[in-house]
Amino acid sequence: MSSTELFDTVLRGRAAAGSRRRHPWLAPGLLLPLAAVIVLAFAVWMPQWFTAFDPDAIDTNAILEAPSGIHWFGTDELGRDLFSRIVYGTSQSLTIGIGATVIACFGGVILGTAAALSPKPISRLLLRVIDILLAFPEILLALLVIAVLGRGPLNTLLAVGLSSIAGYARLIRSQVLQVKLSGYVEHAVALGEHPWTIIIEHIVPNAARPLVILATIGVGASVLTASALSFLGLGVVPPAAEWGALLANGRNFIDIAPWTSLLPATVVAVSVISITLVARRLQTLLARGDA
Amino acid sequence: MPGSSRNLIRAGLKRLGVVFAVLWGAATIAFVAVKLIPGDPVSVLSGGENVVDAAERAVLTQQYGLDQPLYVQYARYVLNALTGDFGESYQYRQPVAELIYEAAGPTLQLAGSAIFIALILSLSIALATAGRRRGIAIAVSGIELVLLSTPVYWIGIVLLSVFSFRLQWFPVTGNAGFSALILPAIALSLPLAALLTQVLRDGLEEALLQPFSLTVRMRGVGETALRLRHGLRHAALAASTLTGTLFASTLGGSILTETVFGRSGIGQITLQAIKTRDMPLVLGLVMLSAFVFVIINLLVDALYLLIDPRLRRSAA
Repeated sequence: MSSTELFDTVLRGRAAAGSRRRHPWLAPGLLLPLAAVIVLAFAVWMPQWFTAFDPDAIDTNAILEAPSGIHWFGTDELGRDLFSRIVYGTSQSLTIGIGATVIACFGGVILGTAAALSPKPISRLLLRVIDILLAFPEILLALLVIAVLGRGPLNTLLAVGLSSIAGYARLIRSQVLQVKLSGYVEHAVALGEHPWTIIIEHIVPNAARPLVILATIGVGASVLTASALSFLGLGVVPPAAEWGALLANGRNFIDIAPWTSLLPATVVAVSVISITLVARRLQTLLARGDA
Repeated sequence: MPGSSRNLIRAGLKRLGVVFAVLWGAATIAFVAVKLIPGDPVSVLSGGENVVDAAERAVLTQQYGLDQPLYVQYARYVLNALTGDFGESYQYRQPVAELIYEAAGPTLQLAGSAIFIALILSLSIALATAGRRRGIAIAVSGIELVLLSTPVYWIGIVLLSVFSFRLQWFPVTGNAGFSALILPAIALSLPLAALLTQVLRDGLEEALLQPFSLTVRMRGVGETALRLRHGLRHAALAASTLTGTLFASTLGGSILTETVFGRSGIGQITLQAIKTRDMPLVLGLVMLSAFVFVIINLLVDALYLLIDPRLRRSAA
């Protein structure tokens, strides 16, 4: 799913139809995904807690074994333990997801603010650029960036980040246009503050507020796009244990060992869904707190 | 009224201008991206470094106009692109337009069937569940959310391993016939259906709360007729704003779906073009994507007028 799509669904503000729980934090819709996110965090921090296997240890006696009590997720074509490869791959996948989102947010804030506040011809040009970028599927833009930069973890991060700038830029632009009209900006102008001070201290922080939640959801979307790139053979390349790379490798053995692709793909799906759910839950809770 | 028809013509010309601006912008972005690609195009052309000697190299360079200054290459490229001529693919040694035309068939089949399935699914689910009991609503929107965040390739791999390998109901890979189309089309349609259902249901629920719904009910019109004849029109208006995102996820999704199911098509030649740095083909594909986007948006604007009579009055 692209981040634009996410914005559309999120911004329509589908607040949960008034859940009347006394402790909204205890809803299972929050607790389960929250638990999953915490597990993910631990997999990044302390992968050795989860598994005794070395993710790169080759075992020629255990090639393409089905999931069992010893190898929870089975083994790959070199007899490496799939579960530990997924656990150790978490940090790379999440780093790419978070890094790409940071780039996208930064780029989006700069491009969106410029598109809102520049003098007319420039702002119109920038708005057109945003429109044109939004005309392309994100995965196609990411593929173009990969074509320019080449493959690898860092380039995957950049490709995913750059390709989702336009969605954030569109949001920030409309936010800035709103904030510009607010009383405190008028006040600052009347006090004779320098335009750059107004932009940096008043406009950007207020316009970027909704980014906090959207960026959280964006991390999920970025993990998804990055794993898709690797799956297409254009992102992180094996033998790295990044999730998409594991999946791409597993696709070769789908007829004799379906778990080698199914389980990594399921881990991606569960992680992305959990991150999205946590963010959305927080959004509704915060919205209710504001009201 | 001559004044209003002049306005209409002016609006039409303005639209056309925007269309050209988008296409031109897309062409420029693609050109810049392609020129930034490191490496020597001649070695791509000849299938590797040092395969050709200097003389052959010069011939190839001249043949593809790579000896010209950048602005000449750019001007030539934009002018040719306007006539649908993107030159010859380095990899396939075939005109790009021809390659794209050949690959478009299977992809159109895939995308078309996926959109069809998505429409049927979302319409029936939205009509059946809008404004119904909370339990059903929560269950359905939960499923939608899960499908929306699920990678297309995961759905594809699950379908493939269950129905092709376990049950052997469908062929494993390829383009052969209708039965090879079913699984990929379903895989691609599910996320689309999830998004569409969300929007349609929201639109329907909103419409059913409007005063006009009360009026219609008071006239003794049944619930089903109310939903079909009146509610759906409002919901469709809300859904058509999503066309851009739907288009993007269909095109992006086809690249992934084609890879999972080993189908040929636009997605496959896109991957090939990027892997082999086949510039003319990359440019052609980028333009294709922009072109389709623009056309779809124009169609959606026309569709608005069809769905909402109020807009017709204000446009005329």
